[in-house]
Amino acid sequence: MPGKLKVKIVAGRHLPVMDRASDLTDAFVEVKFGNTTFKTDVYLKSLNPQWNSEWFKFEVDDEDLQDEPLQITVLDHDTYSANDAIGKVYIDIDPLLYSEAATVISGWFPIYDTIHGIRGEINVVVKVDLFNDLNRFRQSSCGVKFFCTTSIPKCYRAIIIHGFVEELVVNEDPEYQWIDRIRTPRASNEARQRLISLMSGELQRKIGLKVLEMRGNAVVGYLQCFDLEGESGLVVRAIGTACTLDKLSSPAAFLPACNSPSKEMKESPLVHPPSHGCRSTHNSPIHTATGSRLTQNFSVSVPTLIYTGMGSGSAGKEGGPFKALLRQQTQSALEQRGGSPHRFCRRREFPFFTLTAFPPGFLVHVGGVVSARSVKLLDRIHNPDEPETRDAWWAEIRQEIKSHAKALGCHAVVGYSESTSICEEVCILSASGTAAVLNPRFLQDGSVEGCLEQRLEENLPVGCGFCHIPYDELNMPFPAHLTYCYNCRKQKVPDVLFTTIDLPTDATVIGKGCLIQARLCRLKKKAQAEANATAISNLLPFMEYEVHTQLMNKLKLKGMNALFGLRIQITVGENMLMGLASATGVYLAALPTPGGIQIAGKTPNDGSYEQHISHMQKKINDTIAKNKELYEINPPEISEEIIGSPIPEPRQRSRLLRSQSESSDEVTELDLSHGKKDAFVLEIDDTDAMEDVHSLLTDVPPPSGFYSCNTEIMPGINNWTSEIQMFTSVRVIRLSSLNLTNQALNKNFNDLCENLLKSLYFKLRSMIPCCLCHVNFTVSLPEDELIQVTVTAVAITFDKNQALQTTKTHVEKSLQRASTDNEELLQFPLELCSDSLPSHPFPPAKEHLESASSNSGIPAAQRATSVDYSSFADRCSNWIELIKLKAQTIRRGSIKTTVTVEKASPMGEGNFRNRSAPPCANSTVGVVKMTPLSFIPGAKITKYLGIINMFFIRETTSLREEGGVSGFLHAFIAEVFAMVRAHVAALGGNAVVSYIMKQCVFMENPNKNQAQCLINVSGDAVVFVRESELEVVSAQQPTANCQPSCTGGEVTT
Amino acid sequence: MTSELDIFVGNTTLIDEDVYRLWLDGYSVSDAVSLRVRSGILEQTGATAAVLQSDTMDHYRTFHMLERLLHAPPKLLHQLIFQIPPSRQALLIERYYAFDEAFVREVLGKKLSKGTKKDLDDISTKTGITLKSCRRQFDNFKRVFKVVEEMRGSLVDNIQQHFLLSDRLARDYAAIVFFANNRFETGKKKLQYLSLGDFAFCAELMIQNWTLGAVGEAPTDPDSQVDDMDVDLDKEFLQDLKELKMLVADKDLLDLHKSLVCTALRGKLGVFSEMEANFKNLSRGLVNVAAKLTHNKDVRDLFVDLVEKFVEPCRSDHWPLNDVRLFLNQYSASVHSLDGFRHQALWDRYMGTLRGCLLRLYHD
Repeated sequence: MPGKLKVKIVAGRHLPVMDRASDLTDAFVEVKFGNTTFKTDVYLKSLNPQWNSEWFKFEVDDEDLQDEPLQITVLDHDTYSANDAIGKVYIDIDPLLYSEAATVISGWFPIYDTIHGIRGEINVVVKVDLFNDLNRFRQSSCGVKFFCTTSIPKCYRAIIIHGFVEELVVNEDPEYQWIDRIRTPRASNEARQRLISLMSGELQRKIGLKVLEMRGNAVVGYLQCFDLEGESGLVVRAIGTACTLDKLSSPAAFLPACNSPSKEMKESPLVHPPSHGCRSTHNSPIHTATGSRLTQNFSVSVPTLIYTGMGSGSAGKEGGPFKALLRQQTQSALEQRGGSPHRFCRRREFPFFTLTAFPPGFLVHVGGVVSARSVKLLDRIHNPDEPETRDAWWAEIRQEIKSHAKALGCHAVVGYSESTSICEEVCILSASGTAAVLNPRFLQDGSVEGCLEQRLEENLPVGCGFCHIPYDELNMPFPAHLTYCYNCRKQKVPDVLFTTIDLPTDATVIGKGCLIQARLCRLKKKAQAEANATAISNLLPFMEYEVHTQLMNKLKLKGMNALFGLRIQITVGENMLMGLASATGVYLAALPTPGGIQIAGKTPNDGSYEQHISHMQKKINDTIAKNKELYEINPPEISEEIIGSPIPEPRQRSRLLRSQSESSDEVTELDLSHGKKDAFVLEIDDTDAMEDVHSLLTDVPPPSGFYSCNTEIMPGINNWTSEIQMFTSVRVIRLSSLNLTNQALNKNFNDLCENLLKSLYFKLRSMIPCCLCHVNFTVSLPEDELIQVTVTAVAITFDKNQALQTTKTHVEKSLQRASTDNEELLQFPLELCSDSLPSHPFPPAKEHLESASSNSGIPAAQRATSVDYSSFADRCSNWIELIKLKAQTIRRGSIKTTVTVEKASPMGEGNFRNRSAPPCANSTVGVVKMTPLSFIPGAKITKYLGIINMFFIRETTSLREEGGVSGFLHAFIAEVFAMVRAHVAALGGNAVVSYIMKQCVFMENPNKNQAQCLINVSGDAVVFVRESELEVVSAQQPTANCQPSCTGGEVTT
Repeated sequence: MTSELDIFVGNTTLIDEDVYRLWLDGYSVSDAVSLRVRSGILEQTGATAAVLQSDTMDHYRTFHMLERLLHAPPKLLHQLIFQIPPSRQALLIERYYAFDEAFVREVLGKKLSKGTKKDLDDISTKTGITLKSCRRQFDNFKRVFKVVEEMRGSLVDNIQQHFLLSDRLARDYAAIVFFANNRFETGKKKLQYLSLGDFAFCAELMIQNWTLGAVGEAPTDPDSQVDDMDVDLDKEFLQDLKELKMLVADKDLLDLHKSLVCTALRGKLGVFSEMEANFKNLSRGLVNVAAKLTHNKDVRDLFVDLVEKFVEPCRSDHWPLNDVRLFLNQYSASVHSLDGFRHQALWDRYMGTLRGCLLRLYHD
């Protein structure tokens, strides 16, 4: 399918002054694709040139179309010397290659220079004409759609989910080529940007080919990463889940599919929720893994993690019985695959899924988190075309993950992800996911509908099926404390569940969730090569163990019993290792109430010590009680006898109807009773343990009105309002290099994270009540004494009153014997009445207002905020509108600009159709929302326009002048956001969903007044329509009350 | 442990109005932090001083980056780097261009030059406004002045168009530009009782009636408004004002004028006798002011003269404002009945504006 690429350069604006004498610029543009270059005329003496060029046409085959970016360079013409480059724009034309996405790219793009940042804007129009041809041996994969979203995208339906696709390409890093010594930093940066752009294109094309081979038509949960391996090269790798998707064509057909438009984001009730336990392994080329169970210095009643390759602290015992078991299982797993001779046979080799939320019926059971790490020494990649080593490395790890999953009685891994951490020539490869049992019918061709229905019936005890253990009770892969499911009483469940996926929509959750983090640092001697790798692989098991312990402790302290979205990041630096685990804790109704934490001293005879211990114990108990209140965790109580008996009596009312003031006492009682049964004992035998306990108690809960989670949505909050604020925050601290101890390091790191969170809560206080969703922490160690933490998240406001009410009904409904407080029972009906009456007539009016405002270019979110700004702000905006109107009528030139602006940002079709009027001509810059979530609260995504995957380098040699490191990075990140928004707007979109900043590598050299930063971001460009606007279009649609996914459970029951 | 780098970037740029005000007022980060602490924000939010410090730094950095755009507000609207809701953009602009009354009274009518800029130190000490804030305000005046100085068309409209200010603020700027251009003296002690509002009112009247733009001969075709300049007084008109001199030079005319006014006002004025006694002085004062306007120097002293020649004498006789109004109305109207006086139109153009100004200037 060769094609014709057509490019038109319309105009520029806000160009920098390039000629000091005239304070003007003689700009022209070079348009380059592949090896062909066109030039526009020079537009003399203007900072706002109007080129209005002809259509530049490139005739290219589609392989190039996929690989190559369109490169637009703006230059200043100079008669006597070389032309000066002003900056560049790279445009990925991939979205134009499949029919359903964008048809034209047109708009204002920031002109970007790696040294100066954004320098004005250029208006470009790009189109592609594709010719069909039936070349069977084609190398291109035009037409395969890519989504970053880790669930089935909203306006599609999954026919088949084929499975794992992966690919990696390697190249030399231009920064390390010999030529870099003689070229300018700018040239070097541009070479790198271009190369990475090219490599991503190639990677995407190759993955697309694999998808076509599997007869799929899309990749969901596409995650592409760069490994900057330094001297040894540059690796671009990607994983994803191949699917066959079917577009839900008409909105009418679409709506029934998801129960309410607002909850489309998770139409899959059957996501598997819990997995418990953690398995992980390590291996490194130089360090043979020796399995041995870690001896625990506390008795844990929950499924513990099992480590192979771990020397335990107390004794370097050689592998226990468990190791044998593991080996066996691994082997059988391999055998089961029918002795396929190909180790690297692609299809179905790895039953992995990068999805974190699933279509209904897809997920049956969840086993637990499986993870594997491996320490590698980097060597130069000799032949970039055959990146076998890197492939083999990953294959090894994946194999390990697979066997872990097998050991958990699971045949698949969901919520799968891979990552690396590189320091000098050492590289830690990590992979993790959640072992799960999936409905096999989904993975094969066949009628989805039929299988769907069946599945739903089978799983009638909705909300607990996924919790049931997939493995054999008598042959458990690790010691776990099993009980009968607290929901259905039929199946066994573990007492704690860890997973990497999102909370399934049908899961019955009590109360709200919260972000739980485990943070850890370990010093490491500086070493070279193998010694270094050995040291690291020796440390890893301890770190994982401690991270796990911390998570478990914090989970118990919160009174919760399950973790979702668990992500453990281990970062390697010159002289330390950092571990950061983030997850969202919840209380699953199906799992038993967690026991308390008991502290036991080692020296029981010391009186004052005893006192100290009991003091601590009291503090812990208080905290647990407080947390239960905070997160509204008040599960129905179940008396001891009932546990284990299959069919419990309905709860006695009398006990449940207790007043709030008593409840905390009750809770402690409860804890004690559980304490007998499965005490979680912390022994304070040394200062380390002391520290642990202290750090447990230092985590401050978010201020009231704030919640946070790292999953897509917050369990227990259902009614988001439309205001969202995505942000990135970066902090770097310098450690005082003297006498660093593990404790000091831990404290520093802990403070860093806690302070960062506190700052976020403070900054976003105007949004209260709100929830920070998808909180994503990334740690890196750019230099010896520097720790860098990058956080990206989105704050979403919600309606507090409604939230309470929905939670209540939710709980009540799903747990028939729901316990509500006496007072609340009284209060609620009252509130309901008084609320619901006025709230009916009002919302429509408000929505109209909103739609009106968004038509005039003011996004609803901002509308909402402007309420706070007093009427002053409103008046201001009125002036501006007025003035702009005036300006347009007075100045002729401005009329021209208006036209181009309009042309520049054509709204997506859907948008056009659904809007009663095109956006006002005088609206300035269209608002583009960005969110790491797969949905936009209160809105419906009508179209996916293609994947956004951008890589930028920024460098400065005048760091001080640009406001120091903070000023430099602040400006750069703002610029990156701007470029993402501009690209989305040019595609006709108004939002980016599933946005992620995959890399933010920051290096500084303050002595030389220099700094450099690399940022890689990606997401899905979409068109969304406010639900209120939708209603205007299709009246038959049910009222869209902003209740996102969580309520799915209600609907299915 | 020291924080090397600490930033927060939102997809929608966060603007904290309180911090913006502190920044505009020229406080340093540490001063701003302690002022915020004093406002009790820590207690309200449970934040720590470190959080406040980091937050303040962040906002200051953002404002610093925005400042470049605020210098040309239309750029703020079209730029892509900061996504800011229109209402917030308007707020940013409006507040950036807002000024302190105390400051503006110090520089009103002064040449917006480097020399004046050097005096900002003194102004800062005198008014208690931080030097930084003084500089911003001064630079704002200068910037607006430079942009609209040579422009045709309505001064207020031009300012609004290029700086997207509210009507009210644009009018104030028009006055400031007009005063700076004509260098009216406003700093004299006897003028201290006058506010910017008083001057702005006069400026507006003068712009409407005494400038080239006021003639408005060909308003239909914007390109032909070669001379429609709002910032410069109509030189020809000023020259013509000499003709008014006969009103006081010609004794008969003066007497006639006086008798006309007195007849009309008898019984209506509380201060009739004072008026009658002072009529000639007042009339001479007003007409002489007109006649002197040919000289730039005297133009500058316009307000001093008005206060000296008219406001002060009346005030010393305790004229009520209403009597002043009645007198001025009658005084200007009666000229129409003076048969020997041919410059009626000129008189109206002069006196119409002057009457408005005097009434505004006449207070304590």
